[in-house]
Amino acid sequence: MTDIAVRPTTTGAGSGFQRRHIGTAPEAQREMLAAVGADSLDDLLGRAVPEAIAIRPDDRPSVIPPAATERQAIAELRALAAKNTVRTPLIGLGYSGTVTPAVIQRNVLENPSWYTAYTPYQPEISQGRLEALINFQTMVADLTGLTTANASMLDEATAVVEGMLLARRASKARTARFVVDADALPQTLAVLRGRAETVGIELVQADLEADGLPEGDLFGVLVQYPGASGRVWDPSDVIAAAKSRGALAVVAADLLAMTLLAAPGDLGADVAVGTSQRFGVPMAFGGPHAGYMAVRKGLERQLPGRLVGLSVDAEGAPAYRLSLQAREQHIRREKATSNICTAQVLLAVMASMYAVYHGPAGLKRIAEDVHATASRAASLLRAAGARVREGAFFDTVLVDVDDADVVLAAAREQGLWLRRADATTVGIAFDETTGDGVVDVLVRLLGRPHDTPPAFVAGGAATLPVPLLRTSEYLTHPVFSSFHSETGMMRYLKYLADLDYALDRGMIPLGSCTMKLNAATEMAAVTWPEFADLHPFAPAEDVAGSLELIGQLEAWLAELTGYEAVSLQPNAGSQGELAGLLAIRGYHRANGDEQRTVCLIPSSAHGTNAASAVLAGLSVVVVACDELGNVDLADLRAKIAQHADSLAALMITYPSTHGVYEHEVRAVTDAVHAAGGQVYIDGANLNALLGRARFGDFGGDVSHLNLHKTFCIPHGGGGPGVGPVAAKAHLAPHLPSHPMAQRGDPRAPFEPGRFGGSPVSAAPFGSPGILPISWAYVRMMGADGLQAATDAAVLAANYVAVRLQDAFPVLYRGDGGFVAHECILDLRPMTEATGVTVDDVAKRLVDHGFHAPTMSFPVPGTLMVEPTESEDLGEIDRFVTAMLAIRAEADRVGAGEWPVDDNPLRGAPHTAHAVSSSTWDRPYSREIAAYPFEAAAGAGRQRAVRGKYWPPVRRIDQAYGDRNLVCACPPPEAFA
Amino acid sequence: MTALEDLKYTAEHEWVDADGDVATVGVTAYAAAQLGDIVYVDLPAVGDEVTAGQTVGELESTKSVGELFCPVSGEVVEVNEALSSSPEVVNSDPFGEGWLMRVRFTELPDLLDHDAYDALTGAA
Repeated sequence: MTDIAVRPTTTGAGSGFQRRHIGTAPEAQREMLAAVGADSLDDLLGRAVPEAIAIRPDDRPSVIPPAATERQAIAELRALAAKNTVRTPLIGLGYSGTVTPAVIQRNVLENPSWYTAYTPYQPEISQGRLEALINFQTMVADLTGLTTANASMLDEATAVVEGMLLARRASKARTARFVVDADALPQTLAVLRGRAETVGIELVQADLEADGLPEGDLFGVLVQYPGASGRVWDPSDVIAAAKSRGALAVVAADLLAMTLLAAPGDLGADVAVGTSQRFGVPMAFGGPHAGYMAVRKGLERQLPGRLVGLSVDAEGAPAYRLSLQAREQHIRREKATSNICTAQVLLAVMASMYAVYHGPAGLKRIAEDVHATASRAASLLRAAGARVREGAFFDTVLVDVDDADVVLAAAREQGLWLRRADATTVGIAFDETTGDGVVDVLVRLLGRPHDTPPAFVAGGAATLPVPLLRTSEYLTHPVFSSFHSETGMMRYLKYLADLDYALDRGMIPLGSCTMKLNAATEMAAVTWPEFADLHPFAPAEDVAGSLELIGQLEAWLAELTGYEAVSLQPNAGSQGELAGLLAIRGYHRANGDEQRTVCLIPSSAHGTNAASAVLAGLSVVVVACDELGNVDLADLRAKIAQHADSLAALMITYPSTHGVYEHEVRAVTDAVHAAGGQVYIDGANLNALLGRARFGDFGGDVSHLNLHKTFCIPHGGGGPGVGPVAAKAHLAPHLPSHPMAQRGDPRAPFEPGRFGGSPVSAAPFGSPGILPISWAYVRMMGADGLQAATDAAVLAANYVAVRLQDAFPVLYRGDGGFVAHECILDLRPMTEATGVTVDDVAKRLVDHGFHAPTMSFPVPGTLMVEPTESEDLGEIDRFVTAMLAIRAEADRVGAGEWPVDDNPLRGAPHTAHAVSSSTWDRPYSREIAAYPFEAAAGAGRQRAVRGKYWPPVRRIDQAYGDRNLVCACPPPEAFA
Repeated sequence: MTALEDLKYTAEHEWVDADGDVATVGVTAYAAAQLGDIVYVDLPAVGDEVTAGQTVGELESTKSVGELFCPVSGEVVEVNEALSSSPEVVNSDPFGEGWLMRVRFTELPDLLDHDAYDALTGAA
C-alpha cells in the first residue's frame, strides 16, 4: 500500500465527487470570499491559519491516492470485499449470526432519515428516535427484569467496565476488590483488566459456579449468564452472598436467552449489562452494536450514558427527552460518573425494532429454535461419539478434542468458524441463522467414524434447568404487539422518521459536531455481506480484505494528522481520548516516571476531556483561558512550574473549542514538552485543518479523531461513532492491543499495527462495519479534495460570521480577524436588551425549518454555528435570513410590542395542532407562528411553505421530566 | 423564620441560621436562581460527622450541578426529607421550606453578614 506514491493533482474545479461533497460551487465561493474580505481561499486560509503551523508544500510522496470517482471507489471496495470469506459463524462469545428483517434494513439502517440525525439534544424535533429509544429501554428493562435501562452502551465489554465502576460508586463496601466470573467473555476480561488496573481496582477471578463467592471484602461481582462456555447455572446464591457483604451484583446477560431463562432482576441482580447485537444487527467484524445497561430501582442516577425519559410539553402533552443530563460529563467534567458521551442509537433503534417486529412470542420462538438446534446438535454429537461437555446450556457447547487447531482447520474447510477455547477444546455456538445442514457437518467433523449414529435422538428444551425457566412476563406494552405485519412495521418506521429532523431535511449547523454530508456511495458497502457478516474473531485468512481496508485507512489518517501510528479500535471519541491518555500514562510508567499523573486541561475544554483523564488514572488541573478564549500562557507556565515533576500531559483542542486558530499553540506545546509532559490534541475540530496543518507537526504527541465528524460516518441519531487514536512512534507501543486481533502480536517489537496497551473495546478493530464510509470519503476526495473541504468549511463559517455579526456579535476571532470552521454568536446582549433567550432562538429556528446550532457550549448564552463544507450557499443564506428574522422579532419584544413571556419566540416551536386550534389568543398571528419565512421569495419559498417541517410537540418542560422520572414506554392512556 | 438581615452567609452562597448549638443551612435565592430549575437534592445522612468546607451534598438542576459545602463542623441532626419529592421548593422558597439540613456544632466559624454577602453578589 505504501507503494502508491502518486502525487495528488490539483484540478481546480475538483474531481467529480469533490463537486458533489462540497456544497458551494466556485462562483458561490467567490461571492462568499468577497463578503469576508479575502481574495481567494488561499488568502483566507493563509490569514486564518497561523503561519507557524501551516503545512509547507513539499515533494514527499503521499500514501493517499488521487481522487477516485464514485464508480471506481465502489469497484475497489468490491475488490476488497472479495478478499473476505464469509463462513458459518459458530464462534459465539457475544457475537451471533442474526437475521436483520429486510424492512428494518431498508427503512432504518439504509434510511438517511434515521442515520443522518444528530443526538436528540433538541427533543422537540427528535420525538421519533426518542420513542424508538424508549422502546429499547423498555425492551432491555423487561428482558433483564430490572427497572431502568439506558439508551445503550458502546459494546458489552465497556458496558461491563461501566457496571464495575457503577458498583464501586454505589457500594457501601470500602474495598477495591471486584470479583469476576472466570467464565466471562475473554474480551470482556481483557478490557476489564486494563481499566481496573488504571483506576486502582483489584480484580479477583473465580469459578463462581464451582467454588461460590470467594472469601473477603468486595464491592461488586460480575456473573456471565450464560457463561462464555455456554453453561447455564443459577447464580442467585452468589448474588445473595455478594449483597450480604454490601456489594453489588452485575450480571452480563444474553438478551435472547432471557426470553427463556430467569432474568437477572428475578435472580436479585442490581445491574445487568450486555449487547443487543443478536437482535437483528449484523456482526460487522465487531461493530457497531448497541451494548446495554439496566439497573434496579434506586440506581437510576448512577447510570452512565444517555437516558431517555418522559416529560410534558407546553400544552401538557407527553413528550420524550434526554433525562438527568446533569449526570453527564459535559456538566460534571472530572466528577462525571463516566466519560461515555454517546450511545449507539442507530443500532439500538434496529434492535428495538427487531423486538417490536417479532414481539414477545416471536422472540421466544426464535430463542426456542436456537436452543433446539443446539440441543439437537449436542445429542447427535454425543451419539456420534463426540465428547460434548456435560451440563445445561442455552446455545453454546464445548467439545473436547485431541487438537483444537486441527479441528478448527477442518471445520473451516467445511465452511464453519468454530471457537478455539484452548488447545484441546472447541466451542460451538448456534444462532437463528444456523441451518440444519450445519449440524450434519459438525457430526461428521467431530464424531468418531466407527460409531454408528442412532436412528433417533431426542432434543429440546429439557436441557434447561427447570428452576431457572423464566416465569416473569416481558414486552407486554402494546408497542411490542402492534406492528408484526411488514406493512405495519414500514408505516411505524415512516411515522417515527417523519417526526424527526435530520440532514435529509436541512442544515444541522451544530458547532463542534461537523454535520456534513454522509454520501450515498460512502454508505453503500456497510450492508454488503462480505463486511456485515464477519465475526470479529474470524481467522485472519478470511478477513484479508477488511484488514487491508483498515491498514489503508490507518495509513491515510496517519499522514493527514502527522502521526506515525493509528489504532481504529476505540468505538467513540471518548474511548479514543481514553486510549490516548492511557498511552501517555503507559509511556511515562515505562520510563519510570510513575509520578507523572497531572493532566492540564484548559477551562474551555469539552467536559469529556476531564472525565476521560480521571478514568485514565490522571488528576485534572485546570488552566485558565484569556479573554480571547486562548490558553492563558502565563497561567500555563505557572501550572507547569507548580507541577513540574508530576506533569503527565496537556490536553488541548485545536482549533480551540472557541472555534479559532490559536496563534500561540507552538508556544503552548513547547512549554509542555520542555517540562517533560506529553501533548494530547483533541481532534474534534480536525475539519478545520485537513490539508492545512497537522497535529503531529505542531507539537501533538497523540490525538483522537472523530470519524463521525471529519470523515463522514453519519451520527446515526446519537451513535455510532468511531474515535481512532493516532500517535507519534514513541507512544505507539502503548496504543490499544487486543488478545484476539487478527494482526499484530502484542509481544513483538513495535511495527505499525502492533500495539501493546490494554484493549478499550470488545472487538479488535472496534466498529469495522462502518469504516468503509471513511475509506470511501478519503478515496473519493483525494488529498487535494480534503484540503478543498477544509477551505470550504472555513469559508462558510467566516461567511456566516460576517453576515450575522451586526445582529449577534461574534465572540471570538483569531489574530487574523477570522474564525476557523465554526463561530460563536453571542446572544447575551440581545437577551439583556429583550429578555429573549438562547432557548427561544433555538426553538424558533424549528419554526423556520432548522436544527439549532450548539447551545451554550462552550460559553453560556451563546450559539456555536458550524455550517460545514457540504451546505450550499442557498441553504446557508436561508439560515442567515432566519437568524436575522429572529433578531428582528426579538427587537419587537424588546420594544414592548409583544410581552416577553408571550411572543413568537417564547411560544416556539409551534405545532400544526396549536396553530390550527379553534382558540388562538396569542398577541401574534397564526401566520407569523407557523410561516415566519413568508417574506422570502422564489422557488425556495415554495419549498419552504409546502415542505414545512412541523414539530410534533411544543416546547418540552425539562425540569418536569427530571423531577418525575419515567424511562419506559408510558401506557397508551398517557396519550389520550 | 429569621429575617434575612440576621442570617449568616458563606461565599459559596449558603445561609446559616444558628439557634443555640444547631445551625440550619440552605442556599440563597441567588444560588437557586443561578442553578435554575432544581430537580434533585442529594443530602448527607443524619448522624454524619461533617467538617466546615467539606462537600456534603449536591443540588442538581436540568443544566448544572451545585455542590453543597458544609459551612460548619459538627453532626448532621436533620435533613429536609421533603426535598426528595419536591426539590423545586429550593427554587420557590430557598430561605424557608427549601432549607437543606441542620447541623449541631460546637463553634460557629466566621461567616459573612448580610451586607457582606450582598456586596459579594453585587446586590448591594
